[in-house]
Amino acid sequence: MEILKTYKLYIGGQFPRTESGRTYPVLAADGSHVANACLASRKDVRNAVQAARKAQASWAGKSAFNRSQIAYRIAEMLEARKVQFIEELQLMGLDKQSAEEEVMMSIDRCVYYAGWADKYQALISSVNPVASSHFNFSSPEAMGVVGIVACQQTALIGLISQILPVIIGGNTVVVIANTNQPLCAITFAEVLATSDIPGGVVNILTGEVGELLPTLAGHMDVNALSLAPISSELSVSAQEAAVDNLKRVRIYTEPLYVKSAQGLSYISDFQEIKTTWHPIEQIAGGAGGY
Amino acid sequence: MSENNWNLEPSLESVAQVQIKPQYELFINGKWQAPLAATYFATVNPADEKHLAHIAQANAADVDLAVKAARAAYDNVWSQLSGAARGKYLFRIARLMQEKARELAVLETLDGGKPIRESRDIDIPLACNHFFYYAGWADKLQEAFPGQQMEALGVAGQITPWNFPLLMLAWKVAPALACGNTVVLKPAETTSLTALKFAEICQEAGLPAGVVNIVTGYGDTGAALVAHPNVDKIAFTGSTAVGKQIQKACIGTPKKVTLELGGKSANIILEDAPIDQAVEGIINSIFFNQGHVCCAGSRLFVQESIAEQVIAKLKFRLQSIYVGNPLDKNTDIGAINSKKQLETIEEYLSIGLAEGAEIYQPDCTLPSPGFYCKPTIFTDVAQSARIAQEEIFGPVLTIQTFRTMEEVVQKANNSPYGLAAGVWTANGARIFGLSSQLQAGVVWANTYNKFDPASPFGGYKESGFGREGGRHGLSAYLQFKN
Repeated sequence: MEILKTYKLYIGGQFPRTESGRTYPVLAADGSHVANACLASRKDVRNAVQAARKAQASWAGKSAFNRSQIAYRIAEMLEARKVQFIEELQLMGLDKQSAEEEVMMSIDRCVYYAGWADKYQALISSVNPVASSHFNFSSPEAMGVVGIVACQQTALIGLISQILPVIIGGNTVVVIANTNQPLCAITFAEVLATSDIPGGVVNILTGEVGELLPTLAGHMDVNALSLAPISSELSVSAQEAAVDNLKRVRIYTEPLYVKSAQGLSYISDFQEIKTTWHPIEQIAGGAGGY
Repeated sequence: MSENNWNLEPSLESVAQVQIKPQYELFINGKWQAPLAATYFATVNPADEKHLAHIAQANAADVDLAVKAARAAYDNVWSQLSGAARGKYLFRIARLMQEKARELAVLETLDGGKPIRESRDIDIPLACNHFFYYAGWADKLQEAFPGQQMEALGVAGQITPWNFPLLMLAWKVAPALACGNTVVLKPAETTSLTALKFAEICQEAGLPAGVVNIVTGYGDTGAALVAHPNVDKIAFTGSTAVGKQIQKACIGTPKKVTLELGGKSANIILEDAPIDQAVEGIINSIFFNQGHVCCAGSRLFVQESIAEQVIAKLKFRLQSIYVGNPLDKNTDIGAINSKKQLETIEEYLSIGLAEGAEIYQPDCTLPSPGFYCKPTIFTDVAQSARIAQEEIFGPVLTIQTFRTMEEVVQKANNSPYGLAAGVWTANGARIFGLSSQLQAGVVWANTYNKFDPASPFGGYKESGFGREGGRHGLSAYLQFKN
């Protein structure tokens, strides 16, 4: 007899069931019942935000080189489990070739952002030539905790396209997965759990976007939101809730599952720019440089 | 300490070269146009409460005319020009502003109450430099963002505050025009005069009609600009409360928004800091421009071991702060910008006393009539006190102490704001250790309240988003295509 897999949430590096004790059926493309997913609650959102906040400072404090290595490790773990992802994607209705392509693109995207982790800083920083005797520079910093509503059209590549550029920049994330196709998201959580990424950096919830997003968007300890295409009603109410603590909101209208949906801007969308000044001592009458 | 009435010989700046018209109209499509409802409001000199001029009050219909003019100028003229041609106009404006620098400085002081020394040496030169700086970017946008495709946004609606009227105009108008946008600008109602003088400079520079439009008025004028469907961008500097209303109003529209809002910035003095320089730094951080500075270092954190010494030196230094006529070159603290703002500050002084904090003000005589406030420091302030949490926007400093780095980082970041921070220490490693943990868009180490067109400025958290100044300031006025 086959052993069926229980799909759970991913919070703080652990795989808890939803505190609400609820599940919902995940259906294959042919309508057959393949598994039950956790129907996460608002309390799960708050727990996930707490875990993300707890993990943020030490994650941002790791060296960029270290974050790069960890992101590359995600690609390695994804590669090792690619057969499982292909099977899950096929269950959701993709033909074998499309499923393989999506998994390959997902692995490539992890490698792509792994390479960015210690390079984007050099491209969006500046040394500013102020007209006084000060050294002045601007450099990026992580925004903090980012709430993500993952792409609802794809099960894996959209999710990865939103998570990777945000975390390699030192942010931690709380992700609401694709409601109807949550299996790959939780399997991806298992990849994360066996990579070297610290618990709490990525937290993944399965459930109804309409139930979870208002809590995430209104949470005062979330700094920013990344929204894949969702209904305009949900998007507008999330943006309104986000105003309370002036979350930075990025709304992606372009498809996130294509080859071109990657780049520096997906990283810089979740970076703040900090400018630092310091006086320059004038030695032996020398004029201040920058 | 002895009573300290400084009987300094007044050294008044001449107002002879400033021409203030009895009445100002709206500047729309390159011409002075009377407001459709024919309503005007008065602007007064806060230093003596004397009437200065009547100023047109724009309603939604006037704003609509201005937006139409800006749209037509964008479609027909400004978007057709090369970056180099736009840059030439900006260089020309910068030069004209430099030529009229003294007149602009006196006007700024008359209308807003800031000390002439500050308007002459800081506001106006920085405003001129800002135009000069962004003029040079106009034909280098592709180099600023290699590999990206971009275009101007269109019509930018800009709303500026009363604390640095012409400087904030420059921060908004210069990058907008350099990137190829046209603008409709709404200055703060208490300080419209330098914006209107700037309109004259645009005329003199031969700037094409409609590229810059100035609509004067109150908050409802600004709200009409924010709500206008044909505006592509809103740039706002002002209070966090109004910034949130603007952000809400723009949801569901294609408008791009940048907000530069309030602050309650932490200024941190460590025990190994050069004390005398730090004390001067504290004075500059909170009493510059009467404390009407969004990034003012209004929360002072002093390490416990030196707290007594720093506070004593600070009190002594306060005795020689000269509060007086803003036109007097001796003046350190001029007039509070308006009666309303003076009332707000005075209310916070009572709140501080009611919260049990200890108040200190130097003995000095305040001029009368006019709106003035003594420089004030509060000690024994609780972290939860309203005077330590809320933006006062006046010459009022709260002082708290700390023992460890962890404690001061936690206290400094325990605020919904995140605009600026100051760190004073002789230990270089500690500067970077602290500055990287402080949630603030600008960190001044062993200095404070320094500004430059090349230096990006803007906040974290509820202090707003977007940057003004530097290369980063360009992206607020461009649309990037992936």
